[in-house]
Amino acid sequence: MKVLVALKRVADPDNANKVKIAAGGAAVDTTGLEWKPNPFDEYALEAALRLTENGKAPKQRLGEVVVVTLAPKEAEQTLRAALATGADRAIRIDATDDQLDGRLVAKALQAVVTAEKPDLILMGKQAVDGDSNQVGQRLAELLDFPMATFAATIKEEDGALLVGREVDGGVLTLRVKLPAVVTVDLRIVAPHSVFSKVTEAGFKYNDGVRFAPLPAIMAAKKKPLEVKPLAELVPGAALSTKYVKFERPAQRAAGVKVKDVAELVEKLTNVAKVI
Amino acid sequence: MANVLVVAELSEDGKLKKSTLTAITFARQALPAVGGALHILVLGADTAAACTELAGYGAAKIIAVDDPSLGKYTAEHFAPSVVAAAKDATLVVATASSFGKDLLPRVAARLDAGFAGDCSGVAVEAGKLVYKRPMFAGNASGYCTLETPVQVATARQSEFAPAEPSGGSSPVEKLAKAPVGAAAARVEFVGLEAVKSARPELTEAKVVVSGGRGLKEKFNEVMEPLADALGAAVGASRAAVDAGYAPGDYQVGQTGKIVAPQLYIAVGISGAIQHIAGMKSSKVIVAINKDPEAPIFQISDYGLVADMFQAVPALTAELKKRSG
Repeated sequence: MKVLVALKRVADPDNANKVKIAAGGAAVDTTGLEWKPNPFDEYALEAALRLTENGKAPKQRLGEVVVVTLAPKEAEQTLRAALATGADRAIRIDATDDQLDGRLVAKALQAVVTAEKPDLILMGKQAVDGDSNQVGQRLAELLDFPMATFAATIKEEDGALLVGREVDGGVLTLRVKLPAVVTVDLRIVAPHSVFSKVTEAGFKYNDGVRFAPLPAIMAAKKKPLEVKPLAELVPGAALSTKYVKFERPAQRAAGVKVKDVAELVEKLTNVAKVI
Repeated sequence: MANVLVVAELSEDGKLKKSTLTAITFARQALPAVGGALHILVLGADTAAACTELAGYGAAKIIAVDDPSLGKYTAEHFAPSVVAAAKDATLVVATASSFGKDLLPRVAARLDAGFAGDCSGVAVEAGKLVYKRPMFAGNASGYCTLETPVQVATARQSEFAPAEPSGGSSPVEKLAKAPVGAAAARVEFVGLEAVKSARPELTEAKVVVSGGRGLKEKFNEVMEPLADALGAAVGASRAAVDAGYAPGDYQVGQTGKIVAPQLYIAVGISGAIQHIAGMKSSKVIVAINKDPEAPIFQISDYGLVADMFQAVPALTAELKKRSG
C-alpha cells in the first residue's frame, strides 16, 4: 500500500498559552514559539507506518509512505523528522501560511495525489492552529474519493479499510474502498488501533507515536525531498478566507475557594442555584 | 437569489436532532446580511416527522430529500443533494456536530466555497458576514470573511441558544436525491456502536462532570456515582483520554466536545488551555484539585482544594443524602 501523509507544522500547542495577538489584532504573533508537527498529523504518520508493516517485524516495509507539507523551507526539519521515523520520501510545496487556506491546501494536495496516485491519503482531523477541520473532507470531494473522518481505528482488508470513527454518541464504522481519504483522531495511536493486512489481530503496539533512533535520523538526511512551487500545483491561487482581526477570548474571572464539600454543596444550592 | 440554507441533522432512527436548532439561530443572525429567506434542508429515508417538527421555525420552505440511501448518513451520498438544494443559497449552515463537521467541508469543496468551521459568532459588518472562530486551541478568536459567491459555515453548539419556534407553517418542497459521484459506491455504512448509557449526551446535558488523568484506573469508580447523583453526563480531559482511562467520545476541549452546561464539575483537571476552550461557556464551573496552583481555579466559580479520591465520594454522598 502506498500512503500519502499530509503534515502541517504548527506553533507548539503545548506552549499555546504563549500565543500573542499582535498590536491592533491584525495577526497572531508566533515569534519565539517553537514549531512542531501538528499532533494529529503525527498520529496520521504513525497510522501510515503501521499500515505499511507487519507489527511483529516493523523493519520490513510493505509499502511506501510519502509525506507532504505546504510550508516554507524551515519546515523541512519537520519532514526530515518524519523521514527518520520511517517515511520513505518527502514533498514540500513551497508556500507560507498567509498564502494558504483550507480550500487552496486541498487543491494543492489534489494535484499531488493526481501525480503520486497513493492508495490512501492520511492526515490529522484538524491542525491545532487554525482548528478548521476541513482539508481532508475537501480533498476527498475534489478527488471523488470516499472518506472516513475522525478515525479511531483502521483495519486493512483486501482493497478496503474498515474505519471506526469517533462520532457524537459512539463509534461509527465505515468500510471505504481504496483509494480513500482518512483523517485521524486521538485514539488512532492506541495499542490496538491500526492493523495492516499482515499484522496479527492480537498484536499490541506501543502506545503513542514511535521515536526515531539516531542512525535513522542520520539516514533520513539522505532520503529524497522534493520541492514544488505552489503556483505549479494551483495556478492563480487566491485566498477565499481572509482574517480581518484576532483577539484574546474573554477570560472568566476566578471565583471563590470553598473549604469543604459541605460548603460547596451549600453554595451550589443557595447561591448558584444549579442543583 | 440570496438565501440561507440550514442542513438539518437526523438521528439514526430518523428523528430530528436538537442540535439542528443551533444552526437555525446562526442562520437567523446571518439573514440580515444575506437578505433572502431561510430554507431548511432535511435529508433521510423518511423525513416527514422531522419536516413537521421544523415547520414552525419561520423558514420560507423546507426542502425534503427522501431516499432509502439517506437513512444512514454518509457524506458521499448527502453532499450532492445539499449542493442541489443550495442552488438559490449564498450561505449553507449546519451545526458543528460530528455530522456537520464531516459533511459541510465536503459540500464546500463541491461548491468551491470558502468554509468557516466551528463558528462561535457571526456578525454583519459593512454588508458582509464576519465569522468569529475559536483558534489556536482556544487562545485566540479569529474574525474572518469568506470571499466566494457561496459561503459555508458550521456553528458551535455551545455558543448559540437553540432556536425557539416562531410560528407559522413552512411549506415542504420535495426534492429528488441528486446523482452521486463514484465515491458513493465505495463507502459502506457498517454500523454505529452507540455508547450504551442512560446518561444525557455530553453536548446537551445540564450538568457535566469531567475527570482528569490522575484518576487513572479509578476514573469510572469515582466519576460514575457522582454523575448518577447529579443526572450528569461524564466528560474527560484529553490527557485522561490519551492515557486510555476514558473513551474518546468523553473528551472535552477544543479538539473534542464543546460543552456549556449549567454546572460543570472538573475533577483532577489542571486546566490546560485546550480543555478550557471546550467548557468555559458553562454557567457555573466547579474545580476539585489538590494542587492549589492549578490553572483551572482561575476560571472556576467555586474551587475546592482537596484530594479528589476523598472529596468526590463525599460530594456524591452529600448529594444523594439531599435528593434521597
